[in-house]
Amino acid sequence: MTPGWILIAILALSAVGYYMGRRRSQFVAGRGEGGAVKLHSRPTYYGALAALACGIPALLLFTVWRVSEESIITRLVVSGLPEAVRALPEGGLDLAVNDIKNLASGNIVSGEIDAGMRAAADHYLRLRSISHGALAVCSLALGIAALLLVLRLITPRLRARNAVERVVNALLIVCSSIAVFTTVGIVLSILFEAIRFFRVVPVTDFLFGLEWSPQMAIRSDQVGSSGAFGAVPVFTGTLMIAAIAMAVAIPLGLLAAIYLSEYAAPRVRAILKPSLELLAGIPTVVYGFFAALTVAPAIRNAGEALGLDVSSESALAAGLVMGVMIIPFVSSLSDDVIHAVPRSLRDGACALGSTPSETIRKVVLPAALPGIVGSILLAVSRAIGETMIVVMAAGLAANLTANPLKAVTTVTVQMVTLLVGDQEFDSPKTLAAFALGLVLFVTTLCLNVVALGVVRKYREQYE
Amino acid sequence: MVHSEGGTAPVMAAGAGRIDREDRRTVGSPLVADPRMTCRNVDVYYGEKHAVRGVSLDIAKNEVIALIGPSGCGKSTFIRCLNRMNDPIEGCRVEGKILLDGMDIYDRSVDVVPLRAQVGMVFQKPNPFPKSIWHNVAYGPKIHGLAKDRYELDGIVERSLQRAGLWEEVKDRLDQPGTALSGGQQQRLCIARALAVEPEIILMDEPCSALDPIATAHIENLIDELRANYSIVIVTHSMQQASRVSQRTAYFHLGDLIEVGRTEIVFTNPLHPLTEDYITGRFG
Ligand SMILES: Nc1ncnc2c1ncn2[C@@H]1O[C@H](COP(=O)(O)OP(=O)(O)O)[C@@H](O)[C@H]1O
Ligand SMILES: [Mg+2]
Repeated sequence: MTPGWILIAILALSAVGYYMGRRRSQFVAGRGEGGAVKLHSRPTYYGALAALACGIPALLLFTVWRVSEESIITRLVVSGLPEAVRALPEGGLDLAVNDIKNLASGNIVSGEIDAGMRAAADHYLRLRSISHGALAVCSLALGIAALLLVLRLITPRLRARNAVERVVNALLIVCSSIAVFTTVGIVLSILFEAIRFFRVVPVTDFLFGLEWSPQMAIRSDQVGSSGAFGAVPVFTGTLMIAAIAMAVAIPLGLLAAIYLSEYAAPRVRAILKPSLELLAGIPTVVYGFFAALTVAPAIRNAGEALGLDVSSESALAAGLVMGVMIIPFVSSLSDDVIHAVPRSLRDGACALGSTPSETIRKVVLPAALPGIVGSILLAVSRAIGETMIVVMAAGLAANLTANPLKAVTTVTVQMVTLLVGDQEFDSPKTLAAFALGLVLFVTTLCLNVVALGVVRKYREQYE
Repeated sequence: MVHSEGGTAPVMAAGAGRIDREDRRTVGSPLVADPRMTCRNVDVYYGEKHAVRGVSLDIAKNEVIALIGPSGCGKSTFIRCLNRMNDPIEGCRVEGKILLDGMDIYDRSVDVVPLRAQVGMVFQKPNPFPKSIWHNVAYGPKIHGLAKDRYELDGIVERSLQRAGLWEEVKDRLDQPGTALSGGQQQRLCIARALAVEPEIILMDEPCSALDPIATAHIENLIDELRANYSIVIVTHSMQQASRVSQRTAYFHLGDLIEVGRTEIVFTNPLHPLTEDYITGRFG
């Protein structure tokens, strides 16, 4: 029985459990003295309780078993290997085990196949089929035992509904905490790697150093490249591109939002708003093409015509395109908050003789300002985290410059280049990516927390 | 002082019994001599819906006129015609003539900005701007350029708050947000805000329906004082309030102006059977 079939069998068993639980409850209800007794809950709840009791322990057992199975079998196989193989260093042993598994599953094996390996592979297969058989027996037996127990417990007074609701409640909590735990896991993994990095490179050097050149000599006889991990050029590059992007996105997005919410006829709005939001759906790679192939050359040509020295990859190109990408974030969120400003305020302003533009500038926008600030902060954190456009259009050179016509690099671009390619995973070069990631994460997290706080506070104001 | 001119001639009658219940012509005294505002045959349509039907009504100087009637009978729609607040409403069409001091406010040459300064409005729900008390009151004078400098503006703010009976309560905290005041104070702030642009007429659409009885009494006293300088049109659902604050009362029924008369007469001896049904609570 393969694990897939075991899973199906467990589910089928709990479906049977549902049916039997329901029948049982109707039976015990009909059996009471003087005819029917009133059940505490509807029969479906007894059915659901039986199904849950049957399914959940069996599924838990199934999960635990499957998670631990592989490592236990591997250990057993290894202990059965000849002494010579077991004495191999860590890497060699792993390789041998891998070969055995590949042999067992019929994949390509590195090197010669000898009798010892074949025996080990057979051993592995045998152990696995025993394990699967045992899993099938144990989980189904557990399910059936739980089902029988519940069926015995069913009486008209059993509070099945409350029990089912408690279980459902617990399931919902588990589901929602998965997201939280994932975040925590990500933070911790970044944090630990970053700490390893900071053991090699001091935090102060990283945060305040002015030179970024993460190439390190891999072999001792290699020339140059001692590695410098001063992240300031990377930070300034990120800030410059984000600033250019916001300089594009804030005015355009805000004005678009004002037009949409205050001036556009409903029909125009119904067409315009979704098409603006479509901009947010374009994959960022496509924006990257656009920036690298269209905008950057156009800027260079324009610059040359003016006698300026523009590099073919410039912060300006990346920033402009990123700004366009972010417009829908600003416009859509701002449109929502402007829309949320109560009609009565507009009426009040109108009745005092304000023109529409006075109403917007002096009443609506100030009232919506906190929400607009919130939406802008969200857009900033989006701009800082954006990768694809800058990889393609801003370049890799970590120049410490304030000139937007030069190539600069950003935190995200550096993380990509540091981790792409063959690298030892514990070299400072790769670890530096985690330190950058930590900075990025903390920054965007702070921006998001502040932005959401601001937006929420604003919402409460007009409840 | 009643005289008829053009349009629907008011039907004169001596008692409720004489008028057919189905007769929708206005009875009583809708017209006055030397009016501040004159409405003739005003019709309002929302798309196909005929919300106000041929209303002719004068608003005298220094009077409080109450508009009463069941919900949905067009009181708000009519009062919004008087400062053209129906303009921004999609599909709303106003026909007929409305004159303010002899000037047709729906004439193409008329600018709504000064018109709305002349005809102020206070809404059902207090709607102070989310600004300081001072800025709430100074808003109107600023956009209309009524003050030369901050000193004059301070004067206008103080005078308006005093006339709205709010000055003593807020004079030490003018920089606090207007939204932090109590409901009744907010409504008086809105009145002060309207007074600050020196209107001639103040329209109030159920100004007390969101307030508690004490705040309501406050506003009612205020309305009585304001009558010395302004004409006030007030929509109210409370007949007690209408009889306390108004000199004339107009009864609307399904878009028709049924009866207009001196308040004490409308409430004690109505001419039209429909008015009688309403004030005696017989209207469904
Ligand atoms: N913006 C609008 N669009 C369409 N119909 C409206 C609108 N405002 C009011 N109406 C309709 O016009 C009629 C009069 O409404 P309104 O003047 O608000 O009555 P009142 O203030 O006396 O309760 C009602 O039937 C209402 O449904
Ligand atoms: Mg109304």
